[in-house]
Amino acid sequence: MASPHPGTQLLQTAASLRGEFGAELNDRLMESYLEESARIASGAVSRTGQRARLSLDRTVDRILTSRTLGFPLMLLLLWGVFWLTIAGANVPSSMLASLTMDWGAPRLHALADLLQAPAWLSGFLIDGVYLAMAWVLSVMLPPMAIFFPLFTLLEDLGYLPRVAFNLDRLFQRAGAHGKQALTMMMGYGCNAAGVVSTRIIDSPRERLIAILTNNFSICNGRWPTLILMGTIFIGAMAPAGLSSVIASGSVVATCLLGIAFTLAVSAVLSRTWLRGEASTFSLELPPYRPPRVLQTLYTSVIDRTLIVLGRAMVMAAPAGAVIWLIGNIHIGGASIAAHLVSALGPLGWLMGLNGVILLAYIVAIPANEIIVPSILMLTLTATSLEPSLAGMASPGVMVEFEDATVHQVLTAGGWTMLTAVNLMLFALLHNPCSTTILTIWKETKSLRWTAAATLIPLALGFAVCTVTAAVARALGWV
Amino acid sequence: MTTLDRLSPGQRATITSLAAQGAERRRLMDLGFIPGVEIEVEMGNPLGDPRAFRLLGGVVALRREQAREIGIQVQPEETPTHVA
Repeated sequence: MASPHPGTQLLQTAASLRGEFGAELNDRLMESYLEESARIASGAVSRTGQRARLSLDRTVDRILTSRTLGFPLMLLLLWGVFWLTIAGANVPSSMLASLTMDWGAPRLHALADLLQAPAWLSGFLIDGVYLAMAWVLSVMLPPMAIFFPLFTLLEDLGYLPRVAFNLDRLFQRAGAHGKQALTMMMGYGCNAAGVVSTRIIDSPRERLIAILTNNFSICNGRWPTLILMGTIFIGAMAPAGLSSVIASGSVVATCLLGIAFTLAVSAVLSRTWLRGEASTFSLELPPYRPPRVLQTLYTSVIDRTLIVLGRAMVMAAPAGAVIWLIGNIHIGGASIAAHLVSALGPLGWLMGLNGVILLAYIVAIPANEIIVPSILMLTLTATSLEPSLAGMASPGVMVEFEDATVHQVLTAGGWTMLTAVNLMLFALLHNPCSTTILTIWKETKSLRWTAAATLIPLALGFAVCTVTAAVARALGWV
Repeated sequence: MTTLDRLSPGQRATITSLAAQGAERRRLMDLGFIPGVEIEVEMGNPLGDPRAFRLLGGVVALRREQAREIGIQVQPEETPTHVA
């Protein structure tokens, strides 16, 4: 017989000692660590002024999480952030648009003529690829440059853990993990980032619930659609002074509906496919810190704004090319786009939308950012409009208009309040973009869950839009 | 002797025991839930649960079922008019 390995002997000794001291030993060790570190800290750390900070923190916390004011304050902050974004982004957006489109595009065309480039090439590159990227830049950069720093500031202050704390009971009722409130908030920036952030949830069951419902957080690419619809259809109904307040209200309402869907779908999943024990929840609430404004600006502009914008532009370029191609290649007397729009028409009507919107959503699978420009362009090319409006753009050219003109074009294209409201609903409830779908596959390594994450929101979108359309028609609203 | 879920706001207590086992026990101890540590309720929640507790200079939120796993000894109040 060989002599026992020294390691084996050590393990045996450990096992016998464990029997002797019991589970107590670990606790005793922890207690003595704590005592020792408290002794060191009391000698080495001075705490001048901490009392006052502590009581201020406590007062703020008690207000932000109070029974009466906790939720109203959360709503007010959300509303304020969107209002500042909507009201502040208007002017820089139209400046960027006139710089890149009104000023830049004609000069690029002049340059192309100078180089004697063939019309199909300059059309494809300038009217397709370049304008798509210019549109994304002018529509996305200003709101992101406002929204991200504001959001980062709230994050930096330590407010987000308080939101998770306030909402935890709702997630608990839905059988979801408390940290899902945090991954949901990541989704407001980008769903792909939100899906990756679910790694903070240990339980595989609860992590899947968080992944499958992350798409109900409206991402960056979808805010512009909601903001535009809210502004030109819903805000426009309100008196002039209130329109941006009402417009941001409709965006907040859509956002809250997304939270309701997150909770409802989580509840259904945790009682059916993903049944199981709710895991425990503990959350550290860090003390409030004075925000480091300059650092916040730097990180939110560099890390968030530019990275998200870069991705959007990379995605917009090929999508712009595709739109230009289907708008300009003709089969049997009509463009491919026109054929597709009329094929999708009946389904669109059923959902209170139209064929143009559905086609735009297919083209925009790589990036939600380009939904609105695709819709405008397709409305101008694939449907028959009054000559005065149709003359505004050549086929397949992404265009930028003032809000009033957009309203005019869309109304001429047969849009009603129902179309606008259902577009907002469909912007909330449809399949994730291709990057998010790919991320879900990478994170779950499962075709089944990836398909579920893609199809659940899409099916809900079809159902909700069809119901609202049927109700609105039955009641004679449209 | 009682458990943490029954601690009222304004009371101070000392942690006496932990009923949780395994990874959860480890996590709670990492956060400072160790026998001998002083604890008090920091804030409630608009919906009642979870509640946040102050211990070792930090604030940690726990759901009710977890607070129930932590045994405490409520300290007599500093102005000794009544005892909970």
